[in-house]
Amino acid sequence: MVTYSSFIYRIFRQDPMCSPIMHMCQRCIILLRSSGLCFSSSTNVVWQHPISLNTTFSQHLRQVVPLRVTVTERTPEEKWKVCAERGLCTSGAPHGLPQAKDKRALVSYQPKTNATPSLSNIQTVLDLDAAPPLSPFEEISDEEALQIAVTKCLPPVTFSLRDYVDQSQTLTRLVHLGVNLWQLDQRRNVGSMLVRLDFQTDVVPRLLFLKDLGVEDSQLGPLLTKNPFLLTENLDNLSARVSYLKSKKFSSEAVASMVFKAPYLLNFSVKRLDNRLGFFQQQLGLNPSKTRDILTRLPRLLCGNLQPIKENLKVCELEFGFRQGEIQHIVTKVPKVLTANKKKLTQIFDYVHNVMGVPHSLIVKFPQVLNAQFLRVKERHLFLQYLGRAQYDPAHPSYISLDRFVFLPDQDFCTELALSTSRDFEQFQKTL
Amino acid sequence: SAAAEGNKDLEGLFAVYKPAGVHWKLVRDTVEASLLKGVNLAPPAPPKLAVQFQLLPRRSEVTADVTLAATLLPVLAGTPMVRGPQFQSLQVGVGHRLDVSSSGVLVLGVGQGNKALTDLYRTHVTRCYTIDGEFGMATDDFSPNGRILEKTTYEHITQDKLERVLAIIQGANQKALISYSNVDLQSQEAYELAVRGMLHPQGKSPPIVTGLRCINFTPPHFTLEVQCLNETQRYLRKLLHEVGLELRSSAICTKVRRTRDGPFTLQDALLHKDWTPDSIARAVKHTRPITKAVQKAAGLSRPVMRSTVELKQDKQSSDSTEPQTATAATSGHFLPHRA
Repeated sequence: MVTYSSFIYRIFRQDPMCSPIMHMCQRCIILLRSSGLCFSSSTNVVWQHPISLNTTFSQHLRQVVPLRVTVTERTPEEKWKVCAERGLCTSGAPHGLPQAKDKRALVSYQPKTNATPSLSNIQTVLDLDAAPPLSPFEEISDEEALQIAVTKCLPPVTFSLRDYVDQSQTLTRLVHLGVNLWQLDQRRNVGSMLVRLDFQTDVVPRLLFLKDLGVEDSQLGPLLTKNPFLLTENLDNLSARVSYLKSKKFSSEAVASMVFKAPYLLNFSVKRLDNRLGFFQQQLGLNPSKTRDILTRLPRLLCGNLQPIKENLKVCELEFGFRQGEIQHIVTKVPKVLTANKKKLTQIFDYVHNVMGVPHSLIVKFPQVLNAQFLRVKERHLFLQYLGRAQYDPAHPSYISLDRFVFLPDQDFCTELALSTSRDFEQFQKTL
Repeated sequence: SAAAEGNKDLEGLFAVYKPAGVHWKLVRDTVEASLLKGVNLAPPAPPKLAVQFQLLPRRSEVTADVTLAATLLPVLAGTPMVRGPQFQSLQVGVGHRLDVSSSGVLVLGVGQGNKALTDLYRTHVTRCYTIDGEFGMATDDFSPNGRILEKTTYEHITQDKLERVLAIIQGANQKALISYSNVDLQSQEAYELAVRGMLHPQGKSPPIVTGLRCINFTPPHFTLEVQCLNETQRYLRKLLHEVGLELRSSAICTKVRRTRDGPFTLQDALLHKDWTPDSIARAVKHTRPITKAVQKAAGLSRPVMRSTVELKQDKQSSDSTEPQTATAATSGHFLPHRA
């Protein structure tokens, strides 16, 4: 007697020794899983290129094999019944289960339906006095083969989007767009959110909105990787925020570049954006066009925490001793000073001002020094000092300008500023 | 896989020049990140293909016929955008560590080369340092950043007195070396080992200085060259402080720089701009014979390195400390002189 559990196992076992037609049936089951189509009894099956043997199966499939079948809409109950009649319901582990567990498995893996099948239906299916279920070796016609409905075999809970990406249209198209699903996997809840999205109703309108804004096609993928929550943001809110920014006289290109550089910008409400713009206007004390210029170049000022910015401004004023006008000039030239690490900023200013002896006025003229790497500045200064060429005062001869000191690559620094060779510089670096 | 085969160029030991003020772990992390970047640049394997049935558009509105097309499509689940980069970490190990304010040769190992790091530890190789000191002050942590404890004069100090103090320290350390090496100097073979400089401590021992000399003396600044075993950089600063105390003054240590770690010298060390996969692969290839010698010595459990190879390298390193060499330092000797 064929037990229920072993029967299920045999249906889904890939047995190359089966007859070609049955083998095709089994393959059909597995391959049709992806489409999840269900066929009624009144199907017209037309095989344009009949598939003969196991070995040439894949070769034939490389050609387009259109099958003309009739698809009728079925209620979920009917689908379930067909499934049950054929005894082809899947559970997580189809083989080796005792019958009681199978009953429970049937109920839990039921597709989401409004009307759940009653227990009596299931009991009639498992009636042992009834005719035995179909043997896997029995030959059946093509029509009957296509009537076998297969439910999707996706894991209900997973830790990675790679289990769903091939079956989900949304995820596939996001990958083609350039979104890095692996990075999004590392973040909590983002995967679940993406899986629930519908491409046509949710994703496409927002992509079109971004394109209208001026974001390039190649930029859409990286943008969504950094901020996937753009896909769940209300379109009215997004357009309201964009129109607010435009009302503050940010040009369309400026808005597009700001959105790309600071992906979370459009998730901020109009009120919050307004507060932040007001904060920068008030703190920096610059005219609106200059403020707009700074925010266009570094839009993450608008998105980040404002407390460190206030602290950096205070540090420049009190610790470094710059005047208000000087701070304004530095921030206009190098906005990154506002978001720099306080400790690193202090370290480099201390070295440049106290060790190298550069006065405030000269630092204001070349604020790129405050943005440079500390080690680079230290090594170069010590090399110039060793050679006796560490002279940064423009009033005296053989003066070294700070912007070239910081900006030139090593090779050019050695030949033009230090008037030495890069090999000497390397040997000197190994004595520090 | 093909990519893993390609990484064999990177596996081995190499030396890096650690700049002062940087933690050794940051150096190791930077090198690992740089190597990972290079290693993940390799083109990924072509994606696997799988059959999928796709619904073609309806041919006619009348019949409810549907056309399915069976096509081979790439499986996206295996692509790097979904699965992630091929390599997410590399095993980069560190040899004898350097503390934050010290600089110099730091030996790193990649992948299978980390096994040679344990061999480097076992072969009791010595390390060579250049320590810069300044007379006149004493601080609590022996460095210029510490709290000043006392200030002293140093006009009475001459090079002769300094050399005498160094000789005393060396003698004491030599006795310690003999006692920790558990040999009876009355025996012939122990004498021969001592002559060739092949004595080394068996088991745990405190820091032992096997060579000490003064390279530069311009009061208040002076520079010592130290060859030692089982040391820490804090111990070397303390040593300098004690030299000051012996001279009836006080001294602080302004710079500690490691010039040699076993067979790895300053010449082999890579500067910060060279911490790239190509340069590291070249350095690993260059130091492969040294790595093999270290592993062989550890296998034989005999410190072959110390006598011939180290002497030659010490001589070379002393000749080329500055790019424009000043007057030659005192000839000096590295090994402790016999009593």
